[in-house]
Amino acid sequence: MFFWSLVLIAVGIFSSFIYGRSRIKLNSKKQGTKSKSLPNYYAQYVLMWCLFPALIVYFSWAIFQEQIIQNIVISNFEYIEGAVYNEGLLLAEIRNVANNPSFADGKSIEIINAASHYSSLRQISQISFYTSIIIIMLLGALYASQKLKPEFHAQHTIEKYIQYILIFCSSVAIFTTIGIVFSLIFESLRFFAEVSIFEFLFSTEWYPFIPIREGQTAAEGSFGAVPIFAGTFLVMVVAMCVAAPLGLLTAIYLAEYASQRVRKIVKPLLEILAGIPTIVYGFFAFVSVAPFVKAFGQSIGIDASPTSALAAGMVMGVMIIPFISSLSDDVINSVPQSLREASLGIGANKAETIKKVILPAALPGIVGAFLLAISRAIGETMIVVVAAGTAPNLTGNPFENVTTVTVQIVVALIGDQEFDNPRTLSAFALGLVLFVITLFLNIIALQIVKRYRERYE
Amino acid sequence: MNNSIAKEKIVSLRKKRSLEDMRFKYYGFTAMCLSLAVLVFLLYTIFSKGYTAFQKTIVLLEVDYNQEVLKLTPDSSDEEMEKGKFFRVKKQAIENFFPDLSKSDIKLVKKLFSINVDNEIKDYFLDNPEVINTKQQIWVTAHSDVDQLLKGNSRRDVPEDRRKLNDIQLSYVDQLVEENRVKQVFNNFFFTKADSRHPEIAGVAGSFMGSLFTLFTVFILSFPIAIGASVYLEEFAPKNRITELIEVNISNLAAVPSIVFGLLGLGVLLNVFGLPRSTPLVGGSVLALMTLPTIIIACRASLKAVPPSIKEGALAVGATKTQAVFHHVVPLALPGTLTGTIIGLAQALGETAPLIMIGMIAFIPNIPTGLTEPSAALPVQIYLWVESAERGFQEKSAAAIMVILIFLFMMNAIAVFLRNRFERKW
Repeated sequence: MFFWSLVLIAVGIFSSFIYGRSRIKLNSKKQGTKSKSLPNYYAQYVLMWCLFPALIVYFSWAIFQEQIIQNIVISNFEYIEGAVYNEGLLLAEIRNVANNPSFADGKSIEIINAASHYSSLRQISQISFYTSIIIIMLLGALYASQKLKPEFHAQHTIEKYIQYILIFCSSVAIFTTIGIVFSLIFESLRFFAEVSIFEFLFSTEWYPFIPIREGQTAAEGSFGAVPIFAGTFLVMVVAMCVAAPLGLLTAIYLAEYASQRVRKIVKPLLEILAGIPTIVYGFFAFVSVAPFVKAFGQSIGIDASPTSALAAGMVMGVMIIPFISSLSDDVINSVPQSLREASLGIGANKAETIKKVILPAALPGIVGAFLLAISRAIGETMIVVVAAGTAPNLTGNPFENVTTVTVQIVVALIGDQEFDNPRTLSAFALGLVLFVITLFLNIIALQIVKRYRERYE
Repeated sequence: MNNSIAKEKIVSLRKKRSLEDMRFKYYGFTAMCLSLAVLVFLLYTIFSKGYTAFQKTIVLLEVDYNQEVLKLTPDSSDEEMEKGKFFRVKKQAIENFFPDLSKSDIKLVKKLFSINVDNEIKDYFLDNPEVINTKQQIWVTAHSDVDQLLKGNSRRDVPEDRRKLNDIQLSYVDQLVEENRVKQVFNNFFFTKADSRHPEIAGVAGSFMGSLFTLFTVFILSFPIAIGASVYLEEFAPKNRITELIEVNISNLAAVPSIVFGLLGLGVLLNVFGLPRSTPLVGGSVLALMTLPTIIIACRASLKAVPPSIKEGALAVGATKTQAVFHHVVPLALPGTLTGTIIGLAQALGETAPLIMIGMIAFIPNIPTGLTEPSAALPVQIYLWVESAERGFQEKSAAAIMVILIFLFMMNAIAVFLRNRFERKW
């Protein structure tokens, strides 16, 4: 349905363009004056008045049609006294019967009635959709064609419209942020209406199982997120222990020691490392690193679990090596050459120059890079989903199984998503924590890097 | 005398210092080599685990297309043939697979074959209807357990109760190998079929198409918006608070974890707007929002690289600012913006977590044909296979990783090609 309407809109804008062009030529010939702008601008003017109203209708229909139809069907449904209905299941059943008449066998008469109601509503909606698109395009073209007079400055108007479009494009980023913040806060508030915020932030028991039946008090869920935060922290620390030295030393070597040729080969290779999807690292952690960690743990007498913080953290560390090395590389390269030359000039060798002059000078930038890497590590999902555990565990032992914020979000949202229970909503509360922490780290890091840049510019 | 001691001290100190210098250099070198070694090891792991998935094991089966068993006649119509009783033919073929099989043995033999054998017997018949009432030797797909055993992925020396195949079945497989009734061929199913519960007939075609549709959505949404945003910010935006806010916003959005975008998709696109779950439309929209900052940053860089003299030249001959930008600056920056977009798309291709959030993790056994149909995506497919307990899926996940890496490599190659071919140095 929506494909053909796109074709309809395409035909509409094409003909409106042609129409606008010929109309203005005709009008200016009639009046015997030259038009203020080129004919194409008038054509574009008609086109825009044709296209944008049609697009608005198109999208609002695409978004709201199904919901409105479902509401009407449900509100007109002939409920039988005494029977209990689940609205979601009922709707699914009605839709199935409507889309596939062969499912109607053995269904109750109300459902069949509702299904025919549903399909008739869909038909009405489709017809009115096409007619309203055609009408709105005609109206737009009609409005625009009244302005097609030679003394009308079509170009100015078009350029103004283009400005509006560009402003809209750049505000998409702001809308995204607003969308993120609002959806996280809104769902988190629903969560905190059922679970106290103090329990969430300070309690150490995380059993997100809710009673399946009412009055099943034995299975009351508890939502203390401390073990999850601790697990996230542990994995992050392991990752930084791997990535910080390796990434920084690689950056130093590439920036200060390596020849042009080595740089030319190694930098793209590191970019490959950075471009590998995280699920691939997850696979690597799962099939290679985790068994190795387990065997290593056994050989030194520690009982390592098959999914350990160490395995996940190490692989995550590898993932952020290129991130740290490229950021630090930039930072080290932006230390002014004069500092290096001064240090070498008074007799220091290269290592001393790096350690005593360059690194201190580049320190703020490197700290910024590390903070960005930490925020990366905290937000990373697939490696820990595959290679760390799902059971909360408050421990500092990296050989044990821990869980992280991102894992718990995934676990809460896989399977049934019923938005009336705190288990599903807990994902949004955890997401809010994640968002706030990473945002905070980023703002600090960007500030530090920015100040540092300004210092040497 | 004093002088020579001092000299000695200086020499030894210098030696120590230059040793330190060397050591520091080698630390850096080792760190770099370690990082690259991990890359090599990673690729090696994937290749060594995955290359076997491109082959499948097939078994020679003698099928008797008896017209009574099939309940067909030589002049049955095509529709009747579709409804032939092929499962009975298969049952008979398996009963006669080895001479003198008891009832319990037949059950064991049956487990050596893939669930898809019915279809293969049927397809062979539909392609050659003249074989009715003849006995045909046809190659059919073996069960994943047999496949894994012959590829050496599952071991025979573990105790019987921890093995998928028991001792009798093992002896059957050995007999088949001896009689040359089993061989390995190119696994066409891997590239033509969608996901399945049975490893031997699971493929990446469905998730590959899902990923393509998703990327298409990402491109359609993010490319125009990114160009519009970057043109505005680079050329038109007044220097004020709001512009600054937008810029800070974009750079912060670039670092928001991808899973949060998944929550946005779930909370807003699915719950508020009611878009269809598990579809490339929603997945693509979420990924488009996620990659938008990356693409905007790349587009701005390429717009910045166009020298101001071009714009000034256009302005000098009387173009308006809009004309100067859209007729002169943007076309020159286009290759750069395309490169940036492709790199953004490559990032979107590998992204898994947001797609899980919006339900693209559902089990979809058929190949999607549109943007609003439920479908899988390559990275999510890999995740599903990695998590699966079935042994046969592990090689599949590694092979799917190879597919996604090749896909990524090609996208990057196109980006580099565009950059080298069309980008102008000023």
